[in-house]
Amino acid sequence: MKKMWKGNHAIGEAAMRAGCQFYAGYPITPQTEVGEYLSWRMPELGRTFLQAENEMSAMYMIFGAYACGMRSMTSSSGPGFSLKQEGISYMCANNYPAVLVNVQRWGPGLGTLDSSQTDYLRDTRCGGNGDCRVIVLTPNSIQETIDLIYIAFDLAEKYRNPVEILSEAALGQMMEAVEFPEFKERTEDLGWTWDGTDRDHGRLANPDKPGATKAKYERIEANEQRYETYQVEDADYVFVAFGLPSRTAKNAVDILRAQGEKVGLIRPITVWPFPYKAFAEVNKDVKGFISVESTDAGQLIEDVALAAKKLRFNVPVYGQFTNQHIPKAKEVVKFYEQVKAGQIKEVF
Amino acid sequence: MAVLRKTPEMVSIPNSFCPGCGHGILNRLIAEVIEENGYEKKTILTLGVGCSCNMNGSWKGDKIQTAHGRGASTAMGVKVARPDLLSIAYQGDGDAYVIGLAETINAAYRNENITVFVVNNNNFGMTGGQMSWTTMPDQKTTTSVHGRDTNWTGMPIKVPEMIATMPNVAYVARGSVQSPKEIRKLRKYVKNAIEAQLNNEGYSLVEVLAPCPTNWGMPVDKALAWMDQEVSSYYTLGELKERKGE
Repeated sequence: MKKMWKGNHAIGEAAMRAGCQFYAGYPITPQTEVGEYLSWRMPELGRTFLQAENEMSAMYMIFGAYACGMRSMTSSSGPGFSLKQEGISYMCANNYPAVLVNVQRWGPGLGTLDSSQTDYLRDTRCGGNGDCRVIVLTPNSIQETIDLIYIAFDLAEKYRNPVEILSEAALGQMMEAVEFPEFKERTEDLGWTWDGTDRDHGRLANPDKPGATKAKYERIEANEQRYETYQVEDADYVFVAFGLPSRTAKNAVDILRAQGEKVGLIRPITVWPFPYKAFAEVNKDVKGFISVESTDAGQLIEDVALAAKKLRFNVPVYGQFTNQHIPKAKEVVKFYEQVKAGQIKEVF
Repeated sequence: MAVLRKTPEMVSIPNSFCPGCGHGILNRLIAEVIEENGYEKKTILTLGVGCSCNMNGSWKGDKIQTAHGRGASTAMGVKVARPDLLSIAYQGDGDAYVIGLAETINAAYRNENITVFVVNNNNFGMTGGQMSWTTMPDQKTTTSVHGRDTNWTGMPIKVPEMIATMPNVAYVARGSVQSPKEIRKLRKYVKNAIEAQLNNEGYSLVEVLAPCPTNWGMPVDKALAWMDQEVSSYYTLGELKERKGE
């Protein structure tokens, strides 16, 4: 039976169901409830919760624990997630798995506590030094947050690469009716982990050999693109949106379809690897793409333009950027009408 | 009568430290104590960034290369995942006391059951001899070319003394490799620090004064004499917090 759960609490419980044994983190709004929940839930299950002195230190606790193969997770938001970037880069360099949760808040610096998607470019490109990538999953409901966390540890261990859940303030704070999967536990030895015996820690992709890193990322790009398409086969215009804006954009599609407008939606679920495959399903005679996102200057739109280029759509790409709020369906409808009337200049 | 000790297997690969460096002696003492306890295959060494990185090529045992300053946090993560193993952070003064001061102090504050060894050679060795928080007053380095001005840069930091004030930590000591006599004492400190962890007594730290002839710009004999006369009179040697029941 479904029960009402707050998003951040659900993140914690989903990690428990997925077999997470260790969590380290530092309080920051709007993700603090993840740590609050786990601070009592983990001891109850005989697992380890630790409130660290800062986000960076928490990152290295996870680094050490996952080097030894223990399913471990950390979470943060905006400025705190910036502090984790050094550790993320080290994890990529060492081919360590990890599950990281970013419940995004708006803006640079301290920013605000508003729901936003302004960490998109940093997180999809990996904000740390070197050329690394993190698998980034973007749920648009609390149920999907649970479902994605449930597979995140498996994905991280499969590719020996960090996996990030890119959530949003409102998604962490709101409540929805959800169901949790059964508890699972990975008991087998991963084979490469540190166990004190100085065995071979065999790197899947050796960062000293750039070609090997590229091969690993190509495997992920080939296998792990996740997305949802909605009425794109005959669409004249296709919205692209992830996370909470994808829900209102989908409502806008329904409103506009009822008015006879041929519009559709691509909803990336992985934003790295970006789901180019979704664009292959789009009407070949599409007239334009519209990126709908809670950013200031446009971030997702860069990937939309690259996808259009990759799939050889020579059409304009427009961007609706709603800063620190989730675009309402009627705002999306209005923006579409302005695009169609030629009142909006394309970005790409 | 002199006793011939076999070189421990864990340090049987020639190291790449500079001639006259103190790291090699500490490497050997740690290896001896690990082997005495039968933990050769049950130890994970977390290496800091600096001259400690050299041990990636010579330490014959499990080791994790972590980021600059994050040794204590990483070693703590290792201990959470594998409480049955010996988890050691091996760092230099720049790593543990400058960039990693927060991680070092906080791991001790929480009384993590880990062991931290900090080689204090009064400068940043790997990057070519810059001023560290442990650089002596008036000591010349490449970023204090006229000698360290303590009015502007502070007095050399004494982290073991700070940590020894924490109520729960198991063991804190400062030793030195400046003479055979001090090396014998240091061996006892290393043994106490490691055995404190193996007995689940809590956090242990041993700071080790070590010469850096290359960056100090001194021949070894002068380096050792300077340690004897200057460094070890400021950085008092001995046990700062003894194990309970010892």
